[in-house]
Amino acid sequence: MSQSVMGHKAFKSQLQKYYSFYTGGFIVFLLALAIAEQMGMSRQWIGYWFLIGTIGLYAGIGIMTRTVDAAEYYVAGRRVPAFFNGMATGADWMSAASFIGMAGTLYLAGFDGLAFVMGWTGGYVLVAVFLAPYLRKFGQFTIPDFLGERYGGHVIRSVGIFAAVLCSFTYVVAQIYGVGIITSRMTGLEFGVGVFVGLGGILVCSFLGGMRAVTWTQVAQYIILIIAYLTPVVWLGVKHTGIPIPQLAYGVTLQKVTELEKKFTADPVEKEVRALAKEAAADAKAATKDMAKATAARRALLEEKLAKAKADKAPDHVVKSIEQALAYWPTDPEKAKAFFAGRQNLASNAAPPRPHATPFPGKDEAAQNIARNNFLGIVFCMMFGTAALPHILMRYYTTPSVRQARQSVFWSLFFIFLLYFTAPCLAVLAKYDVYTHLVGSKFAELPAWAAAWRLVDPTLLTITDLNFDGVVQLAEIVLGTDIIVLATPEIAGLPYVVSGLVAAGGLAAALSTADGLLLTIANALSHDLYYKMIDPAAPTSRRVAVSKALLLVVALIAAYVTSLKPGNILFLVGAAFSLAASSFFPALVTGIFWKRANKWGAIAGMVAGLATCMYYMVQTYPFFGGVAANQWFNMSPISAGVFGLPVGIITIVVVSLLTPEPSKQVQELVEHVRYPHLRGDINTQAT
Amino acid sequence: MQLTEQHKEYWHKNLVVTAILLVIWFIATFVEGWYARELNSITFLGFPLGFYMSAQGSLIIYVVLIWIYQHYMNKLDIEYGVQEGEDE
Repeated sequence: MSQSVMGHKAFKSQLQKYYSFYTGGFIVFLLALAIAEQMGMSRQWIGYWFLIGTIGLYAGIGIMTRTVDAAEYYVAGRRVPAFFNGMATGADWMSAASFIGMAGTLYLAGFDGLAFVMGWTGGYVLVAVFLAPYLRKFGQFTIPDFLGERYGGHVIRSVGIFAAVLCSFTYVVAQIYGVGIITSRMTGLEFGVGVFVGLGGILVCSFLGGMRAVTWTQVAQYIILIIAYLTPVVWLGVKHTGIPIPQLAYGVTLQKVTELEKKFTADPVEKEVRALAKEAAADAKAATKDMAKATAARRALLEEKLAKAKADKAPDHVVKSIEQALAYWPTDPEKAKAFFAGRQNLASNAAPPRPHATPFPGKDEAAQNIARNNFLGIVFCMMFGTAALPHILMRYYTTPSVRQARQSVFWSLFFIFLLYFTAPCLAVLAKYDVYTHLVGSKFAELPAWAAAWRLVDPTLLTITDLNFDGVVQLAEIVLGTDIIVLATPEIAGLPYVVSGLVAAGGLAAALSTADGLLLTIANALSHDLYYKMIDPAAPTSRRVAVSKALLLVVALIAAYVTSLKPGNILFLVGAAFSLAASSFFPALVTGIFWKRANKWGAIAGMVAGLATCMYYMVQTYPFFGGVAANQWFNMSPISAGVFGLPVGIITIVVVSLLTPEPSKQVQELVEHVRYPHLRGDINTQAT
Repeated sequence: MQLTEQHKEYWHKNLVVTAILLVIWFIATFVEGWYARELNSITFLGFPLGFYMSAQGSLIIYVVLIWIYQHYMNKLDIEYGVQEGEDE
């Protein structure tokens, strides 16, 4: 015992030393690039350096921590200290959607977007009190492992494998998509090439060292992603609030934003432009029918307008603005398609700006209440989904003890909290900047970031002079969700190296989550399906080899599905949470807290929960041919877990009570997981 | 092994603390969300209170709840002699 105490202590202080050096080294790397930029290094080369530097680093960690030992491969040898496991969980948890998309979602949705902020943090309370310590005591390798041991038999394990693969796969596709986008943006490579470069970065870690390599890489990735997220926000906060902790001080900015919203809502010019936006969107929709003709006809109109403006001796900036519009007017049919698709988004500007701080805006009481119920529905599903997603729960198998598993949930949420409580602040600061600096500027002299980004990608930022006064009105701006985080460094007036840093942070977020998810899928298939069900006599080396082979296959399938660019990524992510909440949560929690829960109850409950959830999605989500009229209590399809989870729990209780109680042995197992240590304890730890 | 009265008391205390923390969690999440419109008429640190809670306040409560849980349970383990060998 005393030797292992020394071992843990020495290991922890060694880790602290390594990661302090690493953080220092990373900052030196940043400073070097900043100096190189001042000396004239091109933006593309800065992008390459970030890509090569960070992926090379992850690969290095992967190679150093390669392993063929089962306990090392599946649970990192169970010696990850609470603090570091917290960081790894943070990186595992925060995906490309959180890092790049969250602030933008909050910008567009205002208060209602906070459902995700609350759901994705509050779920950890459930992880802490319902699951983490008990799973750690149980101490196997995977989540289906727990179901298999607790309830017994291959049927429940198979249901567990199916559910684990289903949730994780829908989620991993979204991550690889994010990796492709960021890589191609950093370097100018094609999306498809970007996907495979990123995939290389994912595989080099998980393939060589399994959970062990993924853990230590995730810690490194967390450090990069949090530096990348906080640096520009702090800078922007100083600019607007004068205080380096903008999270505390942006209340004043929010008040100003609310004042400006009122002003824009009442402003007659804005009203006129909103009507024009509605027309332009309808016109763009009509134009898609005969693109070539529409393009030419509308171009002729613009030319006429220009001639008239020149004849009338209109002010210079008005003429320039029309000339600009003509310059942007698409010439070839491929571009015209994207152009008109972008213009259709102007439809969202037909209404006055959404009041940012107001919860559940709606035309009447009934509409507001529906919005409130859906807000709470999303919070519910995201929270219970958090407490049921296998790639997160698996992380708590890796701590040295139950005690540290509990501490580790605290550190996990703490590190996640740093990003999530910053995102709403960033949304408000960015909005204030757009309202004060972008709105009212002349088209000929846009702020530098806006001028640059509208050229990069029209889905991120489109500004269209609708009333041809040469001045930007609020209703003329259409933003994509990703622009907020991507453009913040430039909005704050920081050098390009910080933009590169933000992209590297987004890449770290996407890679770390993809790593954790791929490992979960490969482990469910290799450990639970192959080893536990097909060939229990397989030697360790073969088990690990099978897992590695599967990892490669799953990664390639996921990359293939990603390259098909399935739409509705955000829905897929939400669906993964609802599915996990409906299937895993009821069976896991009753398995720990209710001894009477038995095999038949758990099987019926998991299947019923999953079936309810899937049925509801198919019935209500347009992609599957569903219609909104099928909704129950006006709940949107993303919140299907609101129905799936209670159905799951009720089914477990009813069916368990109707069938014989579980064996003495199983009841002892339940007692075993409830106490961190019992004298004469049975050992369920897998090796 | 056979569980003693002591063990049962430990588990009971665990359930009590779990329930208390979950009640607070429920209030900070669902009651707060339900009444967000009403809360917004109060101003806190320059924020409308409903917005503040959903953006920051409830998050801070969650972090504190988990800290309390791990602190309480790790002490309870020692008090009832069910702690593991020292690990750090």
